[in-house]
This record gives sequence, structure tokens and C-alpha cells, in this order.
Amino acid sequence: MTTASPLLTLETVSRTFTLHLRGGLRLPVVSGVSFSVLPGECVVLGGPSGAGKSSILKMVYGNYRCDGGRILLRDGAETVDVARAEPRRILRLRRDVMGYVSQFLRVIPRVPALDIVTEAARETGVAAEEARRRAERLLALLNVPERLWSLPPATFSGGEQQRVNIARGLAAERPVLLLDEPTASLDARNRAVVVDLVAEKKAQGVAVLGIFHDEDVRDAVADRIVDVTRFAGARAA
Amino acid sequence: MRETNRVRAMPDAPLLSAESLTKFYGPRLGCADVSFDLHEGEVLAVVGESGSGKSTLLSLLSTELAPSRGAVRYRMRDGSVRDLNALTEAERRFLLRTDWGFVRQDAREGLRMGVSAGANVGERLMAVGDRHYGRIRATALDWLGRVEIEAARIDDTPQSFSGGMRQRLQIARNLVTRPRLVFMDEPTSGLDVSVQARLLDLIRGLVAELGLAVVIVTHDLAVARLLSHRIMVMRQGRVIETGLTDQVLDDPREAYTQLLVSSVLAA
Repeated sequence: MTTASPLLTLETVSRTFTLHLRGGLRLPVVSGVSFSVLPGECVVLGGPSGAGKSSILKMVYGNYRCDGGRILLRDGAETVDVARAEPRRILRLRRDVMGYVSQFLRVIPRVPALDIVTEAARETGVAAEEARRRAERLLALLNVPERLWSLPPATFSGGEQQRVNIARGLAAERPVLLLDEPTASLDARNRAVVVDLVAEKKAQGVAVLGIFHDEDVRDAVADRIVDVTRFAGARAA
Repeated sequence: MRETNRVRAMPDAPLLSAESLTKFYGPRLGCADVSFDLHEGEVLAVVGESGSGKSTLLSLLSTELAPSRGAVRYRMRDGSVRDLNALTEAERRFLLRTDWGFVRQDAREGLRMGVSAGANVGERLMAVGDRHYGRIRATALDWLGRVEIEAARIDDTPQSFSGGMRQRLQIARNLVTRPRLVFMDEPTSGLDVSVQARLLDLIRGLVAELGLAVVIVTHDLAVARLLSHRIMVMRQGRVIETGLTDQVLDDPREAYTQLLVSSVLAA
């Protein structure tokens, strides 16, 4: 009974963008996307930029719509199809089941960095004190200078903002973690920190689905690479 | 009895439900076939240009206008679900004074400009039956503090307040009775950007803290992104697109929504 079942399964997922402002131009991005991610496993989406890696991640998170196929996410005993779930259900999945970290910090303006990360930890029900300890640990590990913690990140450098964003994305405990190039433009020292933190998540049984352009990071975290170019079938037309 | 309560406490029962809401002004269409559910703690932004029907919709939901067709159902505090257009006048007043708030774009419409700030907040408490002067004043003071209005201004009338302060006072006046549902009509437009930002922070904090259900009408997509969970895009009286806020803004499907989103200047 040691064979775990996947936390996330994509079945023949497809997506075409229609650009109405470009005369209804249709851009088939991906079709027939099928793979799954087990607990404690890190699956990395591979392929050149423009292949649809990020679109796949965004569909899983419910940020982009999905035209066809199923995106099955396990929420406790229940399995939910993100592609068809009600907005409220998706919000609950985001609160309880899946986290998303991009390379861009998009937060409520005017909230101090430490509060941003603490609040993120609290979203999954971590008690206030513990959430704060976790936030401090992550910010320290990611080399965000302590003098910045009480300031809103709007004025931070790009790299500092990005590291606050990673701390925020990793602060909560959710069974599924989506990483959209979180290490892009980080220096080697901080990339290594992220690699360690991802390994920590995997050890806790988190299913990780990510995009990493740095080969060293990818090799360090990936259990499996799914080549997205093979899902570009509809593109030929 | 217990069984009924359990059914009533079901988290999936909506607080407010619009069913095919339609309004004609004579031959002219106000809005047509608007349907949605709203649950406790949910913030729904209705976006669109002027004339899109969003203000008509707000008036229909808040019973200021009667629909030409369709219905609005609301789950009362006792758990019963009522058709808002079948309420008695007393029930309607109870909702408007207690269980609902309405934050208007023009604070002069939402406040009583001739009476003090304290009275503006206290009045709603008296409407729910509180008659104890000291307690009313203490609660009013507390709420002025929560919306960052100095205690020293409690006896001033809103005439002497800035636009941002008036909006904050309006929020205090509306929230003091612990409403479950708040309607907001362009609450931040017409304010300076910095004042707007502070007001948005305040609204966001209070909505989350009190678990309010909110229907907010705005033409400002940034306000919608900051405050709402879901968006409804209206055009020419109809809902043309609806979904999670970040989904509609990041992956707009309809031509008009794509135009709206692409027209926003990134700051």
C-alpha cells in the first residue's frame, strides 16, 4: 500500500487563446496535456519559451481558463476538476490545497513584508505566533535584510521583492505547490536556498509542479521533466 | 428544530440570489437577465462603463427599484429566504437600516450633512433600538477610530470634512450595525489617488475582518482586483462575462473585456 495516488492529474487539457483585438486571431497554445504529480514528487515542465508551460501552470491554478480536458486536484477525500469548478470552489482550493509562486510580486500595496509573509502562513490556519516565526525564518533564509521586514516591498529592489514573494509562497502548508520560474534572475546563493526549500517541501510530501529555466536548479529539484512541446499538436494548423 | 437549524446553517446556501433580474425604464433597457449568487464573505465587483446597467443592478438588489422581471432572494437573519419584493415596508426598513449597508459614491447622499459625525454613526444604532446615550457615543467613538477619524471631530458635521473623511465616516455609519451585506457604488472615485489608496486599505481590512458580503460597482479594474473575489462584466445592460477576479482580468474571454483590460494603463 505504499503506492501513493497523484495529488494532481491533467487529462487531455487544451487551450486556445482568441485575441479579439487582433481580429479574432486564434492561438492554439496546448492540446492533449496529460500527466500527473505524486505527493513528494517534483515535476518540471520543460520546453522553449512560448511552448505553453506557464499557461499550463495558470490553468491548474484556475487563473487561466481551460477549453477542454480535466484538471483533477485532490482535496482530502474529494477530487475536484479545476477546469469546471465554481469560482468559490477554486478560491477554497487556493486557500487549502494549492499555492502558486511566480517571479513577480503582486501584493496589496502598503503592507509590510513581514506581514505579507505572516498572513500567507496564516491562510492555512497556522497560529499567529507560529506563522510569524515561519515568516521570519523564510525571510532570513532568503537573505532579505531584517531592516526591510517592517517596510512594504514596493520600494525594494527587484531581487528583494522576488525573495519576499518566494517566502510568501512557501510560508503556507499546502499539499500542492506551483512554481512559475521563482528563481529567474536570483543570484546563485539565493537559487541554492530555493532548491533547499523545495527539497524541504518534497520531504513533507508536497506535490510540486514547476518551471525553472536555470538548469542547475532544474536538475537539483526535478524528479521528472515533462516536455511541453509534445502537447503543441494543434499548433501546426 | 435542531434539524432545521442545521439545514439553515449550510455554508452553501447563498445570502443573496439574483434571478433573471430585468429592468426597463419605459422602452429603454436598464439591465437584463442578471443572475448570480452571493455568499457570506464574498466580494463581487460589477464592472463596466457608464450606461452598462451596473447602477441599475445595484438599485434592484437594494430594493430601491422594483424589477420589471425576475427576483432577488435574501436569507434573513432567522434563516428564512425571502423574495425582497414581497417584504413588508417594516421588514425592508429593517434590512436597510441594520442588516445592509450602502456606501455611496457621493457621501452627501449617504450621510446627513447637517448633523454631527457622532450622530451620523449613532443614528443607525438608535434605529436598531439602542437608546443608551453613553453607549451609543462610545460605540460611535470606537467606529470613528476604526475609520481613522480623530475623536476630537465627533461633534463636527461632515460639512467640514474632506472627501476622504466623508467616505470613511460613511463606512463607519454603515458598518456600526454589523450588517451582513454591503452595497458600494464607486466608493473611491472622485478622491485623490493617495486618499483612494488609504480608503481601499480600510475597506479591504474591514471586509475581511467582518466577513462581509459585498457587491461593489466600479469602473476601476484596479479597485476590482484589490477588493473582489469575483467579477461580473456588464455591457449594455447585460452580463457578458463573469468569473474569478484574477481569471477575468488575466485571461479575459470576451472582446469587450479584452478591450477593457487592455485599456488600463499599467502604473
